[in-house]
Amino acid sequence: MKITRRMERWSPLVVLAAVLLLWQAVVVLFGIPEFIFPSPLQIAQQFGEYTGPLLEAAWKTFWVTMLGFGISIVVGVLLGFLIGSSRLAYTALYPLMVAFNAVPKAAVVPILVVWFGIGLGPGVLTAFLISFFPITVNIATGLATLEPELEDVLRVLGARRWDVLIKVGLPRSMPYFYGSLKIAITLAFVGTVLAEMTAGDSGIGYLMQTAGSQQRMSLAFAGLVTIGAMAMAMYELFSWIEKRTTGWAHRGTQGQ
Amino acid sequence: MSFVDFRNVWLAYNDELLAQGVFAVEDISLQMGAGEFIAIVGPSGCGKSTFMKLTTGLKMPSKGSIQINGAPVTGPLKISGMAFQAPSLLPWRTTLDNVLLPLEIVEPYRSSFKSKRKEYEAKARELLRSVGLGGYEENFPWQLSGGMQQRASICRALVHEPKMLLLDEPFGALDAFTREELWCILRDLQAAQKFNVILVTHDLRESVFLADTVYVMSKSPGRFVVTRQIDLPRPRDLEITYTPEFTDIVHELRGHIGAIRKTGVVVPQ
Repeated sequence: MKITRRMERWSPLVVLAAVLLLWQAVVVLFGIPEFIFPSPLQIAQQFGEYTGPLLEAAWKTFWVTMLGFGISIVVGVLLGFLIGSSRLAYTALYPLMVAFNAVPKAAVVPILVVWFGIGLGPGVLTAFLISFFPITVNIATGLATLEPELEDVLRVLGARRWDVLIKVGLPRSMPYFYGSLKIAITLAFVGTVLAEMTAGDSGIGYLMQTAGSQQRMSLAFAGLVTIGAMAMAMYELFSWIEKRTTGWAHRGTQGQ
Repeated sequence: MSFVDFRNVWLAYNDELLAQGVFAVEDISLQMGAGEFIAIVGPSGCGKSTFMKLTTGLKMPSKGSIQINGAPVTGPLKISGMAFQAPSLLPWRTTLDNVLLPLEIVEPYRSSFKSKRKEYEAKARELLRSVGLGGYEENFPWQLSGGMQQRASICRALVHEPKMLLLDEPFGALDAFTREELWCILRDLQAAQKFNVILVTHDLRESVFLADTVYVMSKSPGRFVVTRQIDLPRPRDLEITYTPEFTDIVHELRGHIGAIRKTGVVVPQ
């Protein structure tokens, strides 16, 4: 069978529809009660019924995530720049960062609550803590993998370290950077929801926590779907920006 | 007065190796006149690239002295342009912008780059045209063939009008026909602009066809073992590579390389 462009384009939707149908069929056929595993239709009903609260919670989660993600870009890029451009900084900081990254962020949330109380603080910070590492690593990789020959060509001309970083290192690491943003944004959502569930007073995480404790499983699932949709939308946004700005790094997939 | 003057130059890459007496190049002496084209041939890992770093001032000798253009070398020499086996063009810049890159860095062009951009662009376009890349200025490097990329890379090395062009196996990755085509381009550029060329290669035919003097280098430690003047008349045509005189010189040099290989086996013990 020939795979056409059109098929490829619609394939994600086809898969989604198939999964939903299967899910609905399983729930109906086996008569699974709503408070254990709701069907897609029941979840959809919740969206109709609780549009207001869901939207409000989603908006809250969204901007808390964006705040954390914003900090994470700034810190991630600066750290990446530092460890990617200096051997000493790399050797000194990298092991510590790896150790830090391996700490389960769920374990950090209670500590953040003690420091910042219930509310925004823990959400923003968890989103930041969970998502800056990939950005740092990718920026550093892009900077550290310069061709030595090219560096020689420029150094002979009297290029300073800074020149080489700005003219070559930074543009070179841009594809890595955008690649890492796609990963980081999804992680940031995980961080926010985690904090909201443990110590929140609003947002999707809090809504799901409350719904779960009241056995309103359909509403909890509606929360899950909302988070998934937001993360997917942001991922696509960064993919699009990536393709627009660093097309030279993706030439294999262009113009086919 | 020589343009490049190496006197008994030794280089160890760091203090530890220096203390152990391990040198990348040993006792190198070389005098190169202005406008001369020299080639350095030798087996892989014989210190040819080290020689390039010394000549451009990227490395300082451990012993001995290097004078270039009448002054001792104290740091990176802006009067040199470099090109390597890998074209290493920047994929996010067009061919023209790649060639302009050195002018954004080296003085006096750097400070006037913004105000004289038009003028410099015209200059880069002219250079690209002279190597047969006219019409490809706005293409990205990855849209060009390997030979075309290498030409652009040589243009990048020449755009700031260096007095000395250093080429480290620049045609090593190209097919035989493209390689010969680029030999001729390099020959013509040098004939027109009279810059010095130091060509590092392990293609003996290439060295004999292009150079005025060929230096044969031995392997670890790297030192010059043979110096051969190439007296073939200029301008040289590709046809010359099929003459007996040419083949004899290539043969003779090949003999020296063979001899190095044999003794090279004995030395490590």
